[in-house]
Amino acid sequence: MDAALFYIFAAITLAGALATVTLRNPIHCAISLIASLLGIAGLFLLQAAEFLFAVQILLYVGGVMVLFLFVIMLIHLEEASKLRQYSRQWPVAVAALLAVFAEIATFLNAGFPSLPPSPAPRLLAPGNTERIADSLFYVYALPFEAASLLLLIAIVGAVWMAKKKEAAE
Amino acid sequence: MSFTPISTGHYLVLSAALLLIGSVGLLMRRNVIIMLMSIELILNAVNINLVAFSRHWQHVTGQVFAIFVITVAVAEAAVGLGILIALFRNRGTVLSDEIDLLKW
Repeated sequence: MDAALFYIFAAITLAGALATVTLRNPIHCAISLIASLLGIAGLFLLQAAEFLFAVQILLYVGGVMVLFLFVIMLIHLEEASKLRQYSRQWPVAVAALLAVFAEIATFLNAGFPSLPPSPAPRLLAPGNTERIADSLFYVYALPFEAASLLLLIAIVGAVWMAKKKEAAE
Repeated sequence: MSFTPISTGHYLVLSAALLLIGSVGLLMRRNVIIMLMSIELILNAVNINLVAFSRHWQHVTGQVFAIFVITVAVAEAAVGLGILIALFRNRGTVLSDEIDLLKW
């Protein structure tokens, strides 16, 4: 059952990713990216990461992708989707990607390297969300605050960047 | 139907495939919006890896790091789309190889 679900979600994820990369119309790309992200959310659920499953759907599908769709509709792109879709440097890109593919293939073929022994298991507290909260607010409190600062900067930067400039003074 | 039980290696192969697909989009497409979407794909591949190892080691830290990766991805998307809107307003294009002011 688990295996079948894994293959279903993996197929959704990879098919959505391929459609994202190959389709011409950006709106179709965004919708297939949503499918891909939902597949990834399913994989999180399969690995008992319930909190990340919820975050993936709320934040990515509900937040980021809506932002993408808004921007796509704000910028009319009809002419861009009729033009050439791939940049002229694509042979270089293909060569680089083949190199990366060879690297990953040899690494994965070599089998699992002997993983270092696991740290003391921390999955003992009652629920996935509680465990993440424990870790996030005790062990990683400083990175958490840094992330909030990063988000503040990103909000201000995005608003300032997208704002219509007043007549030049 | 008989499947081999799903191990951490399965997730690593999936995440590697997703990373490669995202890199294809990032390096080969001209449309900046689709390049941004490809970056989201790459970051999600990283998240799959982190959660797979969190599962493998029965340790929650990988999931916490995945949350940080999501935070950075959201900030990147917001700023990137802001830049994109400013770019479209000033240059009237979203094709990356037509933005060549620095190229002589």
